[in-house]
This record gives sequence, C-alpha cells and structure tokens, in this order.
Amino acid sequence: MTTRVGVVTFPGSLDDRDAGRAVKLAGGEPVALWHGDKDLHQVDAVILPGGFSYGDYLRCGAIARFSPVMETIIAGARDGLPVLGICNGFQVLCESHLLPGALTRNDHLHFVCRDQRLRVENAATAWTGDFAPGAEITVPLKNGEGGYVADEATLDELEAEGRVVFRYLDVNPNGSRRDIAGVTNAAGNVVGLMPHPEHAVEALTGPTTDGLPFFTSVLKKLVA
Amino acid sequence: MARVVVDVMLKPEILDPQGQAVQRALPRLGFEGIADVRQGKRFELDLEGPADEAALARIREIAGTFLANTVIEDFVVRVEDPAEAVSADNNAEEGAVR
Repeated sequence: MTTRVGVVTFPGSLDDRDAGRAVKLAGGEPVALWHGDKDLHQVDAVILPGGFSYGDYLRCGAIARFSPVMETIIAGARDGLPVLGICNGFQVLCESHLLPGALTRNDHLHFVCRDQRLRVENAATAWTGDFAPGAEITVPLKNGEGGYVADEATLDELEAEGRVVFRYLDVNPNGSRRDIAGVTNAAGNVVGLMPHPEHAVEALTGPTTDGLPFFTSVLKKLVA
Repeated sequence: MARVVVDVMLKPEILDPQGQAVQRALPRLGFEGIADVRQGKRFELDLEGPADEAALARIREIAGTFLANTVIEDFVVRVEDPAEAVSADNNAEEGAVR
C-alpha cells in the first residue's frame, strides 16, 4: 500500500499542486485536503503548502490557523502525525503554536525570489532523514514575510536542542534571526521552513533536485 | 452601541521595517524632527450590548488569541469615548474639505 500524504488547500494556496506532485515523484500518494473539511481521509502525513491563505489578511497564517482542517491537524501533530509547513505553511504552524516564533516582514521590505543555499542542520526529523547531516542544498525561496523571529531564550533553546533544522548560507535573505530558515518541534514530527523544496524535485523545472529528500524522508519514516 | 478599540503594535524589540520606511520618507516630504515611526493596527469592534467587564474580558481574549500574535505583538483594549468618535468624524470631514 502506498503511503498517503495529505496536501491542504486553503483559499489562496498556490503551491498545493507542486507539493502533491513532489509527493508523487517521491513514490507516495498525494491526497487533496480541503480547509473547510475536518476529515483528514486517513492520511499518514500532512503538508501545508505555500501561498497566501485567506489573502494573508490580519497576519500571514492567522486565519488559516482557525480553519476546520487545522483543528484536526493540530490535534494529530501533537500525537505524532508528521506535518511539513512550507512558506505560508510555516507561518500557519507558527500561528498555531505547533512551532515557536513568528515570521515577520523581510527587513529590507522587498519580496525575495531566488535560488537559496541552505545547510541541513538536523537530519533526524521526520522530513529530513534522507539528508546527510550538514548537507548543503539549493532550493527556491520566495517570500515577503519570511523573517524568523523569537525571543533570545527561545532561540537559545532551539539551538541547544538541535531544533534549528535549516540555516541560510551565503546571504540572509530576509533578516531571520541567526540565519534560521526552518525549525522543528521537540518531537521532530513537525517541521516548518520558508524555502520551497517542492519546487526542486526534478531537473526540468527546478534549479536542483535537492527538495526530493524531504518527501522520500517522510515516506521512509512512515514505512519503518 | 458601544465601540471597543483594540490597538495592536509590534513589541518594542521587534524590528519594524515598514515604520522605518515611513520615517525615512518624511524628510523628503519636508517633515523634519520625527525621530522614529512605528506602525501598528487598530481594530474597532462595535458591540451589540454594553461594554461591561464581561464583554471586555471576551474582547481581551479575542485580541490575545486572534487579533494580535503575542509572540511579536502587544495589544491595548479600550472603550471608545463617544465624544472621541464624534471629533474623529469631524476631523475626517475637515481633512476631506481641505
């Protein structure tokens, strides 16, 4: 039986199709989930894709966080359901308090769109097991509000517990504290990052295929 | 009908690049002497009933869970003085006339 990975579509999601396609290329079965439906349709993992859910009104992710599907996802994530939040999905996870910190407007105020080098700092999460620890990867980054902030105590705790999963290399594209591009919860099943691995899964459309291990990692994790 | 205002501001330690951009634009427009600008959000909540302590407690809950992200923002809840609302409307009219 193939592993079922749900991809949520909120009003304003953009990258749900690409995320589903990445799951398929990795060998899983993508399952479309709808923001207004609490039912997760027996999926084994969930991806919250990029985009501008609810038009980014109020704050990015603030309204999506209260959607019916998120009620079930938040409860599931606390019980170990693997959840990956990409870009807007990362913002939703922070607003849901499944991940610490918040994403704020880029310090230079410009929307940034570039191929971004990252270092994989933690290869033990549900979504990074197929990377070598310390691997350097390049995937697209595109955001206007991607500056990761948290108070110093939280940042120290994240560093001490190895919960900084990805760090920006070469340049800090948005003013994120300590060059943080992605973090995980204490259990390692919930991961959020601003860059877009789902846009780097095949040579035809991506700058690299460095994003593919995100999706193979979770499939392997679920079979094991 | 009572109106309750919720002001939401980024915490002082959180960088506000939008406020900085506004502040930097002021000298170009001929406005000198503004040392700092911080930008926030104002919500006006019109209540169906009175702005009693129970209603305000509920609004503080709304503000803390939804209107503000307390990881990065502070909020202030206050009942709007009806006189303030009238004068604000007048000012708006004056502004429009000019």
